[in-house]
Amino acid sequence: MFKHSRFAALAVGALMLATPAAAQDKSIVVSSTTSTVDSGLFNHILPLFKAKTGIEVKVLSQGTGQALDTGRRGDADVVFVHAKSAEEKFLSEGFATKRYPVMYNDFVIVGPKSDPAAIKGKKDVGDALKTLMSKQATFISRGDKSGTHSAELNLWKAVGVDIDKDKGAWYKSIGQGMGAALNTAAADNAYVLSDRGTWLNFKNKDNLQVVVEGDKRLFNQYGVMLVNPAKHPHVKKELGQQFIDWLVSAEGQKAIAGYKINGEQLFYPNASDASA
Amino acid sequence: MNSGQSALTLVLTADPALIAIVKLSLTVSLAAVAVAAVIGIPFGALIALTRFPGRSGVIVVLNAMMGLPPVVVGLAVYLLLSRSGPLGNLGILFTPQAMIVAQAVLVTPIIAALTRQTIEDLWSEYREEFAAMDVGPVRRVLTLISDAKFSLVTALLAGFGRAAAEVGAIIIVGGNIEGFTRTMTTAIALETSKGDLPLAVGLGMVLMTIVVIVNSLAFAARRAGEMRAGS
Amino acid sequence: MRAPSSDLPIKFQNVTLRARGVVILDAIYASFRAGKPSVLIGPNGAGKSTLLRAAMGLVAPDDGRITWGGRENAPPDRRAIMFQRPVMLRRSAAGNLRFALAAAGIARTRHEERVHQLLALVGLQGLGDRPARRMSGGEQQRLALARALAREPEILFLDEPAASLDPAATKALEDTIRQVARSGVTVILSTHDLAQARRIGGEIIFMNRGRIVETGDADAFFIHPETDAARRFIAGELLT
Repeated sequence: MFKHSRFAALAVGALMLATPAAAQDKSIVVSSTTSTVDSGLFNHILPLFKAKTGIEVKVLSQGTGQALDTGRRGDADVVFVHAKSAEEKFLSEGFATKRYPVMYNDFVIVGPKSDPAAIKGKKDVGDALKTLMSKQATFISRGDKSGTHSAELNLWKAVGVDIDKDKGAWYKSIGQGMGAALNTAAADNAYVLSDRGTWLNFKNKDNLQVVVEGDKRLFNQYGVMLVNPAKHPHVKKELGQQFIDWLVSAEGQKAIAGYKINGEQLFYPNASDASA
Repeated sequence: MNSGQSALTLVLTADPALIAIVKLSLTVSLAAVAVAAVIGIPFGALIALTRFPGRSGVIVVLNAMMGLPPVVVGLAVYLLLSRSGPLGNLGILFTPQAMIVAQAVLVTPIIAALTRQTIEDLWSEYREEFAAMDVGPVRRVLTLISDAKFSLVTALLAGFGRAAAEVGAIIIVGGNIEGFTRTMTTAIALETSKGDLPLAVGLGMVLMTIVVIVNSLAFAARRAGEMRAGS
Repeated sequence: MRAPSSDLPIKFQNVTLRARGVVILDAIYASFRAGKPSVLIGPNGAGKSTLLRAAMGLVAPDDGRITWGGRENAPPDRRAIMFQRPVMLRRSAAGNLRFALAAAGIARTRHEERVHQLLALVGLQGLGDRPARRMSGGEQQRLALARALAREPEILFLDEPAASLDPAATKALEDTIRQVARSGVTVILSTHDLAQARRIGGEIIFMNRGRIVETGDADAFFIHPETDAARRFIAGELLT
């Protein structure tokens, strides 16, 4: 967080020293996911947003499930997550009135360079997962109801595996964030499903590498919603909506596309795709 | 540049983000200790100096509460301060104030329990002289607290150590928001989750250095004070 | 603030005191009047310290009653006690005296003057700033005496005041005690040191096993003790 955000750090540091009351007046709380924070995306786009509007965005880095719950309790103004079905449930419960698609990134299967299950290069993620299961290769699951966790569960379901029933000692559910899951995989010589952003920004890669990528089923859609002020009257609806409008504007979309690690783009804006 | 060097560079160049984090850590933990002292010292003294039914039970519970799990306290304070909770109208969840509240909850039992023990020991030493001098109850309490002040400093330090070291409570109620509620410990947790283990270790060393400095200052102050008062 | 009436005489009427079933004071009748010092003597465990504490009002009898100037439950406004092992507060010598002055309700404006007088009286002038608990045993004992006198008592109880002191320190303390007694304070002192009892003089109260065995004027008592127990105690025999 310190390294590629000298500018942000300076801005935030100066702000801390400046009038905190005024800063609090023009700030919103966004509950988001570990993938957007740990990948460094917010450090890239928030200073741009702030320079334009003067609004400070305080980001909570939580699993998607927890991030939505934070919104349900009224403890955030905006939720920015990646689990479409959970987001639609949030909408149907009335905690938000509109969901805006923002961008997508993709998941990858990360595994040891030695690749004991020999799945490297498979183009079909279902085939890769079935191979992992049949070879009893150690697999780390987030197990924390995050967006990545639910994506993983959906993938198992799509290949006809009831993971609750079929899992064995090879399947380790750790109940922690993406970074912790990658750390565990590095230590255990295990496979793990990760979002690409967190993986690229991850420092402890050790003996890990990407083994499976590019399958359409690995695409990961992000959506943003304003917490319904009718449910929680204190929600800062003008400032929150301003943030959402900026994210889906041409300018915001360009900022998202412009975030790269080692020349590699992490997130692909697609706000114009109403079906996303 | 590897991350171990970068942690050192952050310290040596007085990186503004790092300074802000250190400042917030100290502010939150010291404020929590101050709040806990204002509540815990009189409460501990009260229990030390009164006899009532169920007193031993209160002491056992108080001593047990010294080991309150930070995560449980964090969760309880979170539910309390959440917009949907009983104190939601305060609107202080995910602010430094909420972190102070959570740490004060953690630290108060430590200070109260150690104060109780200290004051009770001193009381057994002073009680006959107080009776002989016909010292009133208010003066008794104030004198005991004043004469126990150097031992109470140790209680405050124990509380500070606990507050400065914990991450479970503040990460829940503070949210680890960059530039706003990120402290040394939550930053360490974050860097660990990002796999930047050398930077996390570097930050850990900065934290430990700060704790050692605070303890040294308190130790020196205690020494000097004791020389004067003659304990 | 000061009690208008006198706490003298102090009367013990059939006073019995027990601690965990053991009788410490056994049906004591006694009367302490203004004037000459009273000296409680007797072997360890005779009940001397307990009698002093009861007379000070620090412990209540299980049976019988104690009256001060005819009143029961009189607050100790005009009484002071110096324990065998005085406990000094964690502050300077002068600070300890100021504390006692404040506790006795003596006007703050008089404190500095009184601290000065009291330190001089016990021979500790110039040592007011020393931490009390770092002073020698003899100095602490004298400071304890000054602290007791800070209350401006009518009656001063001294429990084995020189028990742990060397001869020189003992003499200095006794000189001060005699001076206090001459100034009109009624001194009631316990000791197991016969020579000290002789030096202080006044009325001797000989105790053994929770009872008052014999009382009498010091000169007469040491020359012609009336009871066998007193005779043997003076002769240095062990009493059982």
